[in-house]
Parts: sequence; C-alpha cells; structure tokens
Amino acid sequence: MKRYVIKRVLSALLTLLLITFLLFLLVRIMPGNPFPSERMTAEAIEKKRAEMGLNDPILVQFFHYMSKVLKGDFGKGTSLYYGAPIHTVLKKCLSNSFKIGGIAILLGTFVGLLLGIVAALNRDRFWDVFCSVFSILGVCVPAYVFLIFLQYTFSYKLTLLPYFFDSTDFLRSTIIPSVSMSLFTMSTVARFTRNEMVEVSDSDYVLLAEAKGMYGAKLITRHVLRNALIPVVTVLAPLVVDLLTGALVVEKIYGIQGIGKLMVDAISGEGIDYNYVLALGILYSAMYIGIMLVVDLLYGLLDPRIRISAKGGDNG
Amino acid sequence: MEEKDKILDIKNLDVSFRTSAGTVHALRGVNIDLYRGETVAIVGESGSGKSVSMKAAMGLLAPNATVNDGQILFRFKNSSGEIEEADILKKDKKWIRRNINGKHMAMVFQDPMTSLDPTMPIGRQITEGIIAHLGLSKKEAWEKARDLLLEVGITDAEKRMHHYPHQLSGGMRQRVVIAIALSCDPDLLICDEPTTALDVTIQAMILDLIMKVQKTRGISVIYITHDLGVVAKVADYVNVMYAGKIVEVGNVNEIFYEPAHPYTWGLLSAMPDLSTDDVRLYTIPGSPPNLLHEMPGDAFAARNPYALAIDEKEHPPMFKITETHSAATWLLDPRAPKVEMPAELKARLERMRREAQG
Repeated sequence: MKRYVIKRVLSALLTLLLITFLLFLLVRIMPGNPFPSERMTAEAIEKKRAEMGLNDPILVQFFHYMSKVLKGDFGKGTSLYYGAPIHTVLKKCLSNSFKIGGIAILLGTFVGLLLGIVAALNRDRFWDVFCSVFSILGVCVPAYVFLIFLQYTFSYKLTLLPYFFDSTDFLRSTIIPSVSMSLFTMSTVARFTRNEMVEVSDSDYVLLAEAKGMYGAKLITRHVLRNALIPVVTVLAPLVVDLLTGALVVEKIYGIQGIGKLMVDAISGEGIDYNYVLALGILYSAMYIGIMLVVDLLYGLLDPRIRISAKGGDNG
Repeated sequence: MEEKDKILDIKNLDVSFRTSAGTVHALRGVNIDLYRGETVAIVGESGSGKSVSMKAAMGLLAPNATVNDGQILFRFKNSSGEIEEADILKKDKKWIRRNINGKHMAMVFQDPMTSLDPTMPIGRQITEGIIAHLGLSKKEAWEKARDLLLEVGITDAEKRMHHYPHQLSGGMRQRVVIAIALSCDPDLLICDEPTTALDVTIQAMILDLIMKVQKTRGISVIYITHDLGVVAKVADYVNVMYAGKIVEVGNVNEIFYEPAHPYTWGLLSAMPDLSTDDVRLYTIPGSPPNLLHEMPGDAFAARNPYALAIDEKEHPPMFKITETHSAATWLLDPRAPKVEMPAELKARLERMRREAQG
C-alpha cells in the first residue's frame, strides 16, 4: 500500500508538471498580447517585452516561471488589479469560491445520498418516482437558471435573502448560490446512489445475506450501502472540482468575487492577462489531479479488491 | 426407531410474477414433502420453477412475485425447545429472517463467484449469522467460524478468515458458502445447483463435502439441479418438475429404473452415456412452454411423442404407482392405450441397473 501511494503521488506530480508546461506553451501561442497596443508605441512594447523576459528562449522562460511558482509566487497581473501580486488576489477569490462551493458540495452530497437511499428503499413507489423527476430536472436545468429563479422568489418576491453576494452578510448571501450550484451534484448523486443500491440489492451476495437471516438496517448498511457507494465516490470527484473551481456564470450573476469570475475577467478584459490565465490554469489542473489522487486512494480503502492488487497481488 | 418426522411440506404452491411483458405463472400447484435426514432432489429444465419454489420456502421471493395459493409448512424446534410448525407464506419477512433463515433453513447458491460480499472478509461473513442467531460473543463466533472452515476442508483457516472473497478460488468460495450455511446448525440445507458453476473435479469434491456434513450432522438436504448424475449420486427421493408443476415423484430407484412420465423418459435419454452406440446425444424436441400464456391440458403435450387427445384439453392428475411413486400423465389412466418407454432407454436403464448392482 505504501509503495502504491508513493507511486501514485509521484505520477500525479509529474502529470501536473507536464500540464503546467503545456499551459505555458499554449498561453504563449495564444492570439492577443498583454499590451493594449493602441495606447503604446512599438518601441515601448519592445522595451517592455525585453524587460519581462519575453524574448528569452521558451525553456528558459519556463524555468524562471516555475522557480517562482514553487515559492508560491505567480507574478503580477499584466492588466488586472493594477499589478497586485496574483497570489494575494487568488487567495481572496479562492476563499470565496471554496466556501460557497464547499457548502454546495456538502449539501449536494448529503441530500443526494439521502434522496437516493430513500428512493432505492421505496423502489417503484412515490419517493422513487419523485427522485427520478427531481434528478432529471436537476441535471437538465443549468445552475444559473435556478439561481435566477431563487433570486426572483426569495430576494425579489419574498425579500428574505440578499440580491447579490455580500461578504459582510456571508451566511445569508451564500444560500442562493450554494443551493443553485448544489442541485446538479444532488441530482447526480441521488440518481447514482439509487441505481447502484437497486443493483446491489438484486445481487447474489445480498440474497445470501438475507438467506443468512440479515434484514433491515444491518443488511442495508453492511452489505448494500458499502458496495453501492464505491461507484458513487468516483462520480462525485469531478463534481467536487467543478464546484470548488467556481461556477463561472453563477459567480458572475450573483457578483461573487471568486475564481470563476476571475477567469472570465482575465480573458475578457482589455488585453488578455496571461499571468492570471496561466495561474488559474495551473490551479484548476492541480485541483483536478489532487482530487483524483484522493479518490484513487479512497477507492483503495473502500474496495478491498483494489487495495490488494495494488499491493502486488496475494494469490488467486 | 422414531417415526418419520416430516420437516417440510409444500402444498399446492402457486406463484406468479408480474413482469413488463405480463404475468408469468411460474408455479402451478407444487407439492413437495421432506422428512428429517432425507435428501430430495428437484430436477427439471431451466425455468421449470425449481429455484422459485425453494426461494419461496426461504421467504426470498422477489418483490414482483405474488403467491396465489398454497402452504409451506416447516417444522422446527423453537427457542423454547418445542416443536413449532409455521406456514412460511403467512409469516412476514422479518420473522422469517429472525427465526428461520440461516438458523433452521440455510441455502447454498449456484454461483460462488458472486454470492459472497466482495467488500467483507470471509471471517466476518461467517460470524455475522452466528452472532445474530446464536448470540455468541465475537470471539466465540470467530472460533466457531474457524472450526467451520476446517470442517469444510479449508486449510490455514485462521489466515483465510481475514481474506476477501476475490482472494479465493471458486471451489474455496463454495466451501465458504457451505460453511456459512452450516454456521447455525440448520435442520434443512437447500442447495441450488451448488456445483453448476464449478469445474468437474471440484464438483465431485463439493458434492462429497455436502454428503459428508449431511451424514455427520443428520440434516435434511434439498438439491435443485438439472444434472441427473448429481441426482443419482446424492438423492433419496426425486421430484421431476416441468413448467411449474411436479410431473413425477419417486424414490431414486423408481425414477431411474421405472420412470413413468414421458418427460422423465426424455430427461433420462438425454443423459450422456459412455457405453452407448449413438453418435448423437438425444435431446427432448422443442423448448419449454412460455409461462406467460395459460395453457389448457398438459404443458408437456406439445413436446410429447406419446401425447393423447385428452392431453390437449385437461391436465392429468397425479396417478399413484406405488406408495412412493406417482406421475402426472394420462398414460397411467386405466383407459389409456398401453405405452412402454422407448426400447433404447429401457435397454440403457437395464444396463445401468446391472452396473449399479455389479
């Protein structure tokens, strides 16, 4: 197991390094440039390029960049936030996205699990049908539509909740974006849990457990849930990253200063902000790779078949 | 010598399943008796209702099953030591799980590769039932489970207790399933095609194992199988099932040497045999009827070369041949023309009998 973990961590780091290099290259060949050309002379631009090291060979540039990144320094923005260090801006935006995304994940996972379990235990009855309808709606309707609906109902009609995000009124102003962002996860988790539980309930080993005299809560928790949840963990992983990295449109509409909004601003502002795009690209990749790593290790804990084979096999 | 003690009595069991295609009438009045210490085999083609009748006895019918009629009477010694007779069909699931399943009636399933929980060590899978039914402590249950593994022929049992199912071979897993079934000293062991998924050498070992534990523990066994070789080896009595009905019942000698139902003739003729001159193996023509449609008369008539006109109209009752042997075929009616079993089959059964005696 230890060797497996080390191997897995090393390969994750290598993947991240390769992706960073690729992003670095892509950003360099992207059309657009960091200088608002209509307001700068060609000479001034050339001077600025040399100053920023943009004329060096690409590998040298990458090396310079990486040695800074490893110290946690992503440089400064070229046009956003008037040259404030990127890592301080990132920290602030990440904190907002993580809080709202985190609540959305918890809400989506727990309610989704509960709904899925209730549906599976009441197969083909009211709650099961309710769960299917709810899941279809939740998967099909985009989060920002829910957001606008909730804004209309709770902020405009009932005047219970704020219209926009307000960091001084954090708790109340997270409800609308978290709930609307959680619906996709909730639906996906509910549908998966329900289907996996139904499948496991029909399996031979659950039949054997019943033939042994197991019933009720013991049967469900010991034999059904554990086996049903293994695949659910896998679907959950990319959803978690999606939520943590901020929903682009939701953040924009609800005025949340998060990394999703930051990404949109970095690309659509006056002159593309290379450094923000690159930093955010690396951040997104790191989060994806990190979550996948966690899921792989978790999978080993949940599923003994994987744990053992990772150990190098025992016997047939 | 005490009187024969009937432990299971299935009477006129009638079960249907609701499916998307319509209602499937899977069991159409099944009667099975079992006395303590005996072995009964239920044989028949796939879909004849063998497994369904035993799942009904275990209270394990799928949620879409409806019991239309019948009784499943099971006699066992309850916790206060008295003999209790319960109609399984009248009890709720919880009562059956608590008082019958695993404790008095245990089951071994067909496919050992899928019948163990992949995420639980086998030791815990065995102790689970022991703790629930016998109320032993974890440690006592663990020791009992280890002894059970030794009894079913698993060496280094202590180490195996910590293993997960995927670390064991198919034969080993079936031994574990048998250990689970035996864990609470049941009165009745139901084996649903216990050797079908195993290779031939392992098959013989598993059958010997079941016979051995039956002898040492004096339990009754029901075998569900379509393998007549298995039947000949293990059974005292045989029930031949066709399309949700028992068509012939008798002791093993009566079924193998004096079969009376044309379907049983067909089954016996279809048995591979080394000493035959035939190039091709006999098969019963046609395929089993679709139980989605109700059929008047004898369900086997369409495939039966000896069918009479009345077979199309009315289902034959059970005709008694001896005290233990009866068959549901109009050929046994006194008014029916005299029909003998096919000559090749007769010669073959004669040869088998001589071999068995010699």
